Amino acid sequence: MSGPSSMRTPLERVRGLGSAHTGTSDFWRQRLTAVAMTLLIVPVIVVVIMLIGRNHAGAAQILGSIPIAIILLLFIVASVWHMKIGMQVVIEDYIHNEKLKIASVMANNFFCVAVALASIYAILKLSSGV
Amino acid sequence: MALSIVHRATGLALYFGTLLLAWWLIAAATGPTAYANVQAFTGSAIGKLIVFGYTWALMHHLCSGIRHFVWDLGYGFKVNEREALTWGALVAGIALTVLVWIIAYAVGGGR
Repeated sequence: MSGPSSMRTPLERVRGLGSAHTGTSDFWRQRLTAVAMTLLIVPVIVVVIMLIGRNHAGAAQILGSIPIAIILLLFIVASVWHMKIGMQVVIEDYIHNEKLKIASVMANNFFCVAVALASIYAILKLSSGV
Repeated sequence: MALSIVHRATGLALYFGTLLLAWWLIAAATGPTAYANVQAFTGSAIGKLIVFGYTWALMHHLCSGIRHFVWDLGYGFKVNEREALTWGALVAGIALTVLVWIIAYAVGGGR
């Protein structure tokens, strides 16, 4: 298997064997989404301030406009992805019971996907004006 | 300084705070009654406190995160630099929170 007869490279044989199993992809994505949100934070705050004190009709009109919907969609995808990774790191740091850890990681995924899809659905519905 | 745990704590607060964001968007997509419920909550004293806390958590996590970018890039590891970055993140987070709320009241307060 690991002898000279193997056609697999040394890297391929060890890939995925670290404690995180998937290498550094989460580390990279955490930084990627962080940079995305750093760029998006000012437009997002501007959008929120635009909505303060407006009634439903005014808010729905603003939220349904194309540039604002796109800004919010980008921010939602980046933030939910970021918080999913962040919470998983916290879970892996503090929960050492293997079954509880797996259940917590699963619950974290469910929560983040639910928040993301609910928010994205709401924005798409506002954009389509139904 | 032990602010790394504050970075984590504000991250956790923001995690659950997204429920408020999702509720607000869903209410806007649902209709005037649902949206009025959100506004009644965010306009109440406890609601304002939560949104203010959320703003601070977001601004602190942002500034503290920028500090982590600096470290990721390999700078700011000397003792005095670490201290400066950490205090800078703390002060900037509070300052930005106050600034955002002042702008929010100035722009949206009269509507």
